[in-house]
Amino acid sequence: MSSGTLWAVVLVGSLGCYLLKLTGLSVPAAWVERPWVTRVVEFVPAALLAALVAVQAATSGRDLVVDGRLVGLAVAALALALRAPFIVVLALAGAAGALVHVLTG
Amino acid sequence: MPSDARSATLRDAIGLGVAVGLYGVAFGAAAAGAGLDTWQAVTLSALMFTGASQFALVGVLGAGGGAFAAVGSALLLGTRNTVYGVRLAPMLAPRGLLRRAGAAHWVIDETTAMAVAAPDRELGRLAFWVTGATIYLGWNVTTLIGSLGAAALGATAQAALDAIVPAAFLALLWPRLRRTAREPWVQRRVALGGAVVALALTPFVPAGVQVVLAVVAVALAGRPRTAATP
Repeated sequence: MSSGTLWAVVLVGSLGCYLLKLTGLSVPAAWVERPWVTRVVEFVPAALLAALVAVQAATSGRDLVVDGRLVGLAVAALALALRAPFIVVLALAGAAGALVHVLTG
Repeated sequence: MPSDARSATLRDAIGLGVAVGLYGVAFGAAAAGAGLDTWQAVTLSALMFTGASQFALVGVLGAGGGAFAAVGSALLLGTRNTVYGVRLAPMLAPRGLLRRAGAAHWVIDETTAMAVAAPDRELGRLAFWVTGATIYLGWNVTTLIGSLGAAALGATAQAALDAIVPAAFLALLWPRLRRTAREPWVQRRVALGGAVVALALTPFVPAGVQVVLAVVAVALAGRPRTAATP
């Protein structure tokens, strides 16, 4: 992707996200606070973030792959379950990924 | 004591701002890994300023995704800020276009949570503005640090960064799946559905599109419950 396209993605995405925020402060509450709207919005992050976790950890292009990222993710899940702070979770996941990289060459 | 409540609000708001700043390092590093230069990473933090959307945008780009998938996933994750705005509007009651335009920029997860949790309207407003200012500053500075730091990495450190990015997404997702979250079992079902849909579509769609399409997993949440309706 060219630098110009990247800039367009950055600026259009930013403008869109800003307008979503501004809309909330500007429209009558009744437009947004319908049961099915709030229901969908409440669960969109779970679906998308989980999809991103899966894609970032276990795919490369169009292939499903198993490598150090999946090991790092497992370590991160364990650390989160043990209520480790964010920075510790990331450090452990990164260390696991680097270790697998070194061991498997 | 009103002054105690005031300093407690200030303390919590600043503490949260510092904690959130740590995510900025991860974001800056992830953006660099996805091929964004430092200016683009910092521009995202300054102008988009909503963490999950920013992570999604660079996550899709990093996976080789196109412009529409990247912007689409960021916008889908940005929709919850609209709902936050509706909840905050009566409390903030921003007068005039300029003040409303300024307040809107800081309507995010953390400022909403802090404002809604405050004991009264005045402290809610204080919490909103102080949390917003602290996070805005910390998030942008740490994005810069993360982006510059990642640019100097070697191959092993790059492998570490590759493992850090999915872990960062998991850390964003985790609080929604906790037992203390609202309807945690529904959240878990939707999350699992989103991951399965994304992986199943990966061989068949252009990179990044599977992330946007994973939004269909929201259907697993089922109908709104009358009791849960605000």
